[in-house]
Amino acid sequence: MTELIGAVGFGDVVEAPALVSNDAFSARYDLDHDTGVISRESHDLCGQSIAGRILVVPTAKGGTATGWRLLDLQSRGLAPAGLVLRTTNPVLVQGAVFAGIPIMHELEPDPVTSIETGQLLRLIPGEGRVETLGGG
Amino acid sequence: MYLTADEEAMAAGSDGPAVKWAMDYQLAVGGFFGARRLVPVRSAHAHCDGEALGEPGVRFLEQLADQGARARIPLTLDPRSTDFSCALDIGQTQSIVDTERRILAAMARMGALTTNTCINYQTVDVPHGGEHLAWGDTGTVIYANAVAGARSNFEGGPAALAAALTGRVPAYGFHLDEHRRGTVLVELADQPRDSADWGAVGCLVGRRFPGYWEVPVIDGAERSPSPDEVKQLGAALASYGSHAMFHLVGVTPEARTRADAFGDNEPRERLVIDRAALDGAYRGFVPEREGPDVVVFGTPQLSVFELAELAALFEGRQVAGPVYATTSAAVLRSAEEYGYAETLRAAGVRLLSGVCYYLMTARELGRRNGFRTLVTNSAKLANIIEGYGYNPVFRPTEVCVDAAVTGRIAG
Repeated sequence: MTELIGAVGFGDVVEAPALVSNDAFSARYDLDHDTGVISRESHDLCGQSIAGRILVVPTAKGGTATGWRLLDLQSRGLAPAGLVLRTTNPVLVQGAVFAGIPIMHELEPDPVTSIETGQLLRLIPGEGRVETLGGG
Repeated sequence: MYLTADEEAMAAGSDGPAVKWAMDYQLAVGGFFGARRLVPVRSAHAHCDGEALGEPGVRFLEQLADQGARARIPLTLDPRSTDFSCALDIGQTQSIVDTERRILAAMARMGALTTNTCINYQTVDVPHGGEHLAWGDTGTVIYANAVAGARSNFEGGPAALAAALTGRVPAYGFHLDEHRRGTVLVELADQPRDSADWGAVGCLVGRRFPGYWEVPVIDGAERSPSPDEVKQLGAALASYGSHAMFHLVGVTPEARTRADAFGDNEPRERLVIDRAALDGAYRGFVPEREGPDVVVFGTPQLSVFELAELAALFEGRQVAGPVYATTSAAVLRSAEEYGYAETLRAAGVRLLSGVCYYLMTARELGRRNGFRTLVTNSAKLANIIEGYGYNPVFRPTEVCVDAAVTGRIAG
């Protein structure tokens, strides 16, 4: 097990498999809202579903729609289980808080390079800690 | 976080459940970013289109309105997903129209002005230096911060609404001096020619230095750009880079000089933009088809000057396929008064008001109408629309107009 330590985040403890990307994320710009599948052809996760995964991305992209959209995704079972960013912008945090989805950022080591897709993660936002539980 | 007695009372429920929700929400978001206090804001601007909200979002607004929620500062609204005058004609569904009517009704009950514009800063709510705002729509925020010297973070819909209910926001990010100074340097080796070129600058800078906390300092402009050119620059920076602030040396108020813009910061990196780079920004958008399926002007909504420019370019010509131009209801009325609307309509351009194309259930609109190759002079729209299954083609305004008229994309 390895640990990532950093800023205190938002939300409850959650365990789910990681989905890691080198591209920034926006719930409006990149996602097919009906399916929860990344639909931007130039995104490195194009074709993959974010539902129930812990999305690990470098940062959040422009667009304020994410502030609303995570709740709607959540209501249809299509939202990510958690969000881990190298550094986030406010809108993704506002959307995550609105939907009650755990979110964390500013962690060491860098989550984007140290976590692999498929690894089981445990987010402990209140302690600023992420544990990798194997897999991947 | 330090709270005043009034704020403590709001959090304890003294002003009712809606204000308590708003305060709890703001404390959670502010806590995430380490805010140490709240700061009063003069106005709030909320993005709340029907496509983004979905049924849970609409019910949330209706519930707040039922609880007696009331904006305590001016609250304006961003564009909708539908122009009620023609939504069904252009292939949108009754369901999205109904959703939007419910949103507007709930917002109006809470005291919002249903402005449905993303150019509030050019029309109904012009910001000024030093004031704190709670604005959503990234293009409005970057304009307020950079061009006016006002102070706002990106406030998503729930966050802007919460601010309207409490009259405050958590003081983090661009409310604080320390985040407003430049971080990277951009030098213009050649001059942007028009507003699309300024959008191309935003595209190149945003792609190279993505991240909300980056503040590009752009130096080398030989003339002061027009408000519409700065609008395209800001919208593109916010879209490609998620930026909320920039400095244009000698133009924007916190950048009288390069040293002024950087303060105590040293530029971490440097980017030089010349004509070849600008041309490359356009060429990166490769048309799959010889002609456009649809041509769109807007994003942000067009000002009266931009409609005048388009009217001059379209005068006496006829479009070869669907062409949309989006603006606000107030600007459309002005364009009708000055004759621009008549000229554009005579050429076959459909003027849409209160909307922005990418908010207009663009995926469904594309499927129903067979839209794939979309030609636009908006760098921002070209960026966003790809995720909705389009082949975006970003080009200078005159090339877009020619494509609209001839049905062929030149260059």
